[in-house]
Amino acid sequence: MAESHDIAVHAEHDQKPHGWRRWVFATNHKDIGTMYLIAAGTMFLIGGLAAMAIRAQLFKSGMKLFDPAMFNSLTTMHGLIMIFGAIMPSWVGLANWMIPMQIGAPDMALPRLNNLSFWILPFAFTLMIASFFVPGGAVAGGWTMYPPLMQQFGDSFPMLIFAIHLMGISSILGAINVIVTIMNLRAPGMSLLRMPLFVWTWLITAYLLIAVMPVLAGAVTMQLTDHFFGTSFFNAAGGGDPVLFLHVFWFFGHPEVYILILPAFGVISEIIPTFSRKPLFGYEAMVYATASIAFLSFIVWGHHMFTVGMPVAAQLFFMLSTMLIAVPTGVKVFNWTATMWRGSLSFEPPMLFAIAFLFLFSIGGFSGLMLALVPSDYQYHGTYFVVAHFHYVLVPGAVFAIFGAVYYWLPKWCGRMYDMRLAKWHFWLSVIFVNVLFFPQHFLGLAGMPRRIPDYAPQFTDWNMVSSIGGFIFGASQALFPYIVWKCVRSGKPVEANSPWEGAHGLEWELPSPAPYHSWTTPPSAAVLAHGAEH
Amino acid sequence: MKCARLGKRLGTLALALLAGGGLPAWGKSGWDELNMPRGVTNVSTRIYALHMMAFWVCVGIAAVVFGVMIWSLIFHRKSRGAVPDVSLTHSTKVEIVWTIVPVLILVSMAIPAARLLVRINNNTDSQLSIRVTGFQWGWRYQYVGSNVSVISKLSESSTAASMMHSGISATSVPHYLLSVDHPIVVPVGEKIRLLITSIDVIHSWWVPDLGVKRDAIPGFINQASFTIAPNKTGTYRGQCTELCGRGHAYMPIVVRAVSPAAFQAWLKQQSALDKEAAAGAPATGVTSS
Ligand code: HEM
Ligand SMILES: [Cu+2]
Ligand SMILES: [Cu+2]
Repeated sequence: MAESHDIAVHAEHDQKPHGWRRWVFATNHKDIGTMYLIAAGTMFLIGGLAAMAIRAQLFKSGMKLFDPAMFNSLTTMHGLIMIFGAIMPSWVGLANWMIPMQIGAPDMALPRLNNLSFWILPFAFTLMIASFFVPGGAVAGGWTMYPPLMQQFGDSFPMLIFAIHLMGISSILGAINVIVTIMNLRAPGMSLLRMPLFVWTWLITAYLLIAVMPVLAGAVTMQLTDHFFGTSFFNAAGGGDPVLFLHVFWFFGHPEVYILILPAFGVISEIIPTFSRKPLFGYEAMVYATASIAFLSFIVWGHHMFTVGMPVAAQLFFMLSTMLIAVPTGVKVFNWTATMWRGSLSFEPPMLFAIAFLFLFSIGGFSGLMLALVPSDYQYHGTYFVVAHFHYVLVPGAVFAIFGAVYYWLPKWCGRMYDMRLAKWHFWLSVIFVNVLFFPQHFLGLAGMPRRIPDYAPQFTDWNMVSSIGGFIFGASQALFPYIVWKCVRSGKPVEANSPWEGAHGLEWELPSPAPYHSWTTPPSAAVLAHGAEH
Repeated sequence: MKCARLGKRLGTLALALLAGGGLPAWGKSGWDELNMPRGVTNVSTRIYALHMMAFWVCVGIAAVVFGVMIWSLIFHRKSRGAVPDVSLTHSTKVEIVWTIVPVLILVSMAIPAARLLVRINNNTDSQLSIRVTGFQWGWRYQYVGSNVSVISKLSESSTAASMMHSGISATSVPHYLLSVDHPIVVPVGEKIRLLITSIDVIHSWWVPDLGVKRDAIPGFINQASFTIAPNKTGTYRGQCTELCGRGHAYMPIVVRAVSPAAFQAWLKQQSALDKEAAAGAPATGVTSS
């Protein structure tokens, strides 16, 4: 008697434990996805505060808010926190939420592993940020961690390396989960070439993660043994080679930048068709372009090291392979453009962010192409021109895609609609000031301002001021985002229909809103699958 | 509609901001402050030309691609009653075109880039070699074939102004952060080869006007070379471009290019000075520049 009563009660509550147990012992993909997104948001805030400190120090020539060593710690931690703490966990959070819903699965394939890969992260982040407070301060050698400089830091050095190991394990476990889920839990009838593009791009990203996170782990471990156990992998005095680290690091590093951007390609490929009310143009070309970008990303790492003195033949090879990446990248941009062409466009917040992505990511692609030309790169390398390039691909690229994704799927997650007017404010402030922030940095780099410097010659002051002002306003406007999300979850207007977007297709929109706790407890029927099909 | 008005208002604000910050820069020195310098060597001017070529190619592609996007944004919007053409999902012809055309554009950029690359990395036939050694934080220069050696660090005036709580304004210091105590001197019109290395961490020797940037790596000797045009005597400044610790912003490079005759005179004088120094007298280098 009592037992059956219990079961009934549990079923009503989707069998989720209550209170802290629900989160600590979480195995549900939505709960874990939410925790990932909250953790990423927190790290975005911390990394953002570091960025504000950097822009304040660079406001004018001769400014001395921080000691140069502290400034270097700030830039180093800003980079590491944004890449490993903000962008990567955001994508894993979105993968957790969306992949089961988009492929017709009840949950991720390996829920306990999922729990582990999330709960490693708070420890990793704490260790990384705590390194600010040990004697000598946080590591200050740049996120690229080049030796021998990296060997000069105190206790923060092993702390950072251990944090990187933890984050690497978390990423690899997460990637395994994504691959196993996609390979095994797709609804009957959803062949690989019928998967939504977000699923596709994440599948490819997961393979990249498994391929390169161990490489990073190996590289930093060799630094660790050089420091503590007397090896000389990177120590010239002991017969080692500092340039070896650069090669190994960038063998990880270039695929890493595609780990940050491929899921964004997926998100944009979901949003643009919806708000163009037209299927994605060239679906298969998009899949193949993503796969070729991923493949090419393994053979271009040398473009980060044109000035280290590689043989001319090697420099030529890396120049050509890098230029080749522009071809599939171009195909993607052309396909998105063709999707909008003769569509019926409307401009809700997800679409606004997607359109900004199209324009501004392309600008980052153009500067990337310029950087690929070795002779020009000799002048650009190590300057603010490079800073402008990678911020264009990462902020209005990856970060805008994350905002777009949240604004797109949030109504499905919580069954409520957010305040569109505020979200548009968030968009316009972001898109204007991201340009005020980063565009002048192209000028600074060309005019000769090196990157990673705490102070600069007076002739660089004007554009640094513009950039800093842009940065402060961009930073402040981001406060709107958590507020909009919070307000939506608490008191947004309920969404009755399965989909708030009239042009949306895909299995996630076949589920009721808010999406049930265990997404697809029975696989979607062929009819549902056909109804949700986007191509 | 409301949102468009808002956008316009914010756009005006951004323009005002840009103008406020940017116009002084234009007024003072014009376009040059915003772009790569042409420089004073054959290589640096050719790099400049390549850079501008790549820039205009990008502008051209952007004009076409952004143009199509903007066309769609204006004319294919739902509020104008646009009806989606859902049959438009694929076109092998178009897809082949937009794969082949970029490849052709890329090849046309790669050819001059490759030529110049090979030219830049030809370090033979130099008339003078200088060993450049980076250290935390400064540069040591040794003129191969003579006993002359110059240790070049941030100038005293810049060092003083750069200290925390110095109270000295950066603009009051001539060439703040771009001046050194002992600049190196080189002859114009001669091919000069640099042999670049480091004794501690990785640095990078960069003088934009010479079109030279090469990393200084412990355990390696990198080469780079430049020939300053005969009519381009003058002072050229650069900075370290590889993060090398807390003094990274404070190890500039100053190169004084003089006529070959003046260079020989300088070398002789330096050599005498260095001998004196070796004999015990304190060295008096060139005055700060
Ligand atoms: C058309 C595609 C692209 C090309 C041709 C390209 C090319 C390059 C090149 C040549 C560099 C080295 C510049 C230097 O240090 O001298 C570079 C740096 C960089 N790129 Fe890209 N890139 C492209 C797209 C991307 C994307 C999609 C991302 C990330 C989302 C990205 C992120 C970065 C980062 C983070 C750096 C700087 C790393 C560092 O030094 O800290 N790039 N890119
Ligand atoms: Cu790269
Ligand atoms: Cu340096």
